[in-house]
Amino acid sequence: MTAKHEIRKSIIASIWFMFLTFPIMVIKVNTVTNTIEWRWYNMALVGIGIFFLSMLWRYLLKKKEEGGKKEKKAGLSLIQRLLQEKQFALPGMVIIAVITIIFPHIFSMYQTNIMISALIFVMLGLGLNIVIGLAGLLVLGYAAFFAVGAYAYALLNLHYGVGFWIALPIGGILAALFGILLGYPVLRLRGDYLAIVTLGFGEIIRLVLENWNEFSFGPSGIKNIPKPGFFGIELSMQATTIYIFYIVVLLVVFTIFVINRLKNSRIGRAWTALKDDEIASQAMGIDKAKTKLRAFALGSTWAGMAGVVFAAKTTFINPASFTLWESVIILCTVVLGGMGSIAGVIAGALLLILLPEYMRDFGEFRMITFGAVLILMMIFRPGGMIEDVRKTYKFEK
Amino acid sequence: MSVRHISLRSDNMKPILEVKNMTMDFGGLRAIDSVDLSIEKGQIVALIGPNGAGKTTFFNCITGIYTPTSGDIYISPNGESDKQERINGLKPNIVTRKGLARTFQNIRLFTSMTVLENVMIGCHAVTKVGIMGAIFRGIKTKTEERFIVEKSYSILEKIGLAKYVDELAVNLPYGAQRRLEIARALATNPFLLLLDEPAAGMNPQETMELDELILRIRNTEGISILLIEHDMKLVMSLSEKIYVVDYGRKIAEGTPEEIRHNSVVIKAYLGEEIGEECDA
Ligand SMILES: Nc1ncnc2c1ncn2[C@@H]1O[C@H](COP(=O)(O)OP(=O)(O)OP(=O)(O)O)[C@@H](O)[C@H]1O
Ligand SMILES: [Mg+2]
Repeated sequence: MTAKHEIRKSIIASIWFMFLTFPIMVIKVNTVTNTIEWRWYNMALVGIGIFFLSMLWRYLLKKKEEGGKKEKKAGLSLIQRLLQEKQFALPGMVIIAVITIIFPHIFSMYQTNIMISALIFVMLGLGLNIVIGLAGLLVLGYAAFFAVGAYAYALLNLHYGVGFWIALPIGGILAALFGILLGYPVLRLRGDYLAIVTLGFGEIIRLVLENWNEFSFGPSGIKNIPKPGFFGIELSMQATTIYIFYIVVLLVVFTIFVINRLKNSRIGRAWTALKDDEIASQAMGIDKAKTKLRAFALGSTWAGMAGVVFAAKTTFINPASFTLWESVIILCTVVLGGMGSIAGVIAGALLLILLPEYMRDFGEFRMITFGAVLILMMIFRPGGMIEDVRKTYKFEK
Repeated sequence: MSVRHISLRSDNMKPILEVKNMTMDFGGLRAIDSVDLSIEKGQIVALIGPNGAGKTTFFNCITGIYTPTSGDIYISPNGESDKQERINGLKPNIVTRKGLARTFQNIRLFTSMTVLENVMIGCHAVTKVGIMGAIFRGIKTKTEERFIVEKSYSILEKIGLAKYVDELAVNLPYGAQRRLEIARALATNPFLLLLDEPAAGMNPQETMELDELILRIRNTEGISILLIEHDMKLVMSLSEKIYVVDYGRKIAEGTPEEIRHNSVVIKAYLGEEIGEECDA
C-alpha cells in the first residue's frame, strides 16, 4: 500500500470524526441569550488530531506487520532474553531479594501497605495463571474464591477463634472444594461458555454474602479480624505491617516455586497437551475432566489463601471487595502480563495495582485507560508484556 | 519373508479384539451397520473401503470417542478366554489405558511440544505422579521422570526419529510426523495398535519404510495391528486378514488373496485399484 493510499484513509477518518463530533464539539447553545455559538476551530482541531493519530496508527500497524515477517523466532524481547540467560539469573535474583527484604524498612508504612495489596494481587494473578495460562481454562469469576478464603478466615475466627496460620490452609482447602464443586459440572463446557458460567458463579457468591445477613453480616461486613500472630507476641502497628509484608513475599515465592514445579511435571505436560489437542490428549490416556479439575482446584486454592491474607491485612471485609471488578483486574494482570509467564504476571499485577494507587487523580479514567491498553495489547503484543516462552524439554544423553 | 504371515491361534484362545454386531448412527445416518470383526493375537488386520465408508468412525467407536448405538466390543489383552472385557462406552483415556492405542488420519500431534515431549505425553497412561508428587519432587517422581524420558527416547530410536528429538513436532517432514504419531501411540504400551491411514501423504520410499516398521512393531513387540489404508500395495503385503466395508456395511472379509478376487469388492472399488496395484 502506498503512502497516498494511507493519507487518503486518514483523511477519510478525520472527516468522519469531524462529522461525528460536530454536535458536541462545534455547536454550543448559550441558554441565557438563546444564541448558538459555532466553534469551528474545535472542528479543525479534531480533524488535524485524528489525521495524525490515524497516520501514527497505520504506521505502527505496518511496522508490526513487517516485524512479524522479519523476525518470527528472534523476536524475543530484552526481558525474555535476560530471563533466559543463566549468568543473569543469580545476580538478578539476589538484587530482587535484597530489594524486597529492605523495602519495608526504607519506605513508609503507607508504601508498604500498598505493596502488600499489590503482592496479594500477584498471588491472585499467579493462581489464576495456573488455570488460564497453564491449563487454558478461561475463568471470569475468580474473585469468588478470593472471597471464600477471606470469609473463611473472618468467620472461623469470629465463631471459633481460629488463628491466621490455621486459617491459611483451611481457606485454601475450602476454596479448592468450592472450585471442585463448581468445576465438576461445568468443566465439560468450553471457552466462552465456561467463562460465562464462572462469571455467574462469582456473582452468586457475592450476592449470597451480601444478602445472607445471619451468615455473613451482609453488606456491613465483618470487623476486627485479627492480624497474623507472631508466636503470641504483641507487635506494634508498624511491626505487624512489616510482618505481613514478609508473609506475603514468602507466599509469593512459594507460589512461584509450586508453579515452576508443576510446569515441568507430568501434570504440567498434560495441561499443555490438553491445550494443544483435547482428543489426542485423551487418546494418550489423559483424563480430561480430572486434569482440568486439578488445575481449577489448584487455582482456587491460591485465591483462597490470598483471601485469608487479605482479610488479615485489612482486618475488615465486606462483599464490596469481591466484585466483578476484582475478577476483571486479576484477569487483566494475567492477560496484560503474559499468559503462562510468571515474570509477566508479576509485572502485570504490580503495574495494574500500583499505577492507579500512585495516580489517584487519574482514577476517573481508569476504566477507559484499562480498555484502551488492553485493546492496544491485543493488537501489538498479543502474548502480553512478557510473553511466555515455554521451556521445552531438552534431551541429554 | 517368512515372518510375514504367522498365526498364533490355538483353539481355546479368544480374539484380542472382538466386535459383534456394532452399529453407529449419526441422527438419520447409519455410519456403521452391524459390523463384526475380530483380531487374533499377533495379527495384522486391515480395514479397507471407499471414502466415507465408515472406517474412521469404526476406530472412533472402538477407542471410545463415540459410543456405538448398539453392539458389543470385547477385548482380551492376552487372548485368554476368561479375561474378556466389554469396553463399549468407556472414555477414550480409559480405553487407552486398557491397551488400545491409535493414530489419527488428520495428524493430531501436540504442536507446541517437541518430538520427545510428544512421546512423553504418550507415557502418561503408564505413569502416575500427581500434584503432590510434582510439587515435592521426591525420589519417586524423579525416578518416574527419568523413566519417562528414557522410555520415550528409546521408542524414538526404534522408530528412527531420534535425530529429531529436540525439534518441534510441527517442524518435522510429513512422513516423520506420521511416524511420530505411531511412536506416541507405542508409548502407551498397547497390545493393539490402530493405525488410521498411516501412509497417507507419504512418498513410495517412506511407504516402504513404513511397511517395514509396522512389521517390525508386530514381530519384535508382539503388538497386534489394525490398519486402515488406501494404499493397496501396503495393505496386501502386510495384512493377514482384510475386512472390506462400504456404506457402513461389511461386504467382505478374508485373506488378501481372497479379497483380491472378490467380485463384490472389485465392484465397490469400481474395479480400479485392487486388481491393478496388487498384481505388481
Ligand atoms: N461426527 C459425525 N457426525 C455425523 N456424521 C459423521 C460423523 N463422523 C462421520 N460421519 C459420517 O459417517 C460417514 C463415514 O465417515 P468416516 O469418516 O468414518 O469415513 P472413512 O471411511 O474414514 O472415509 P475416508 O476414507 O475418507 O477417511 C461419512 O458419511 C461421514 O460424513
Ligand atoms: Mg477416515
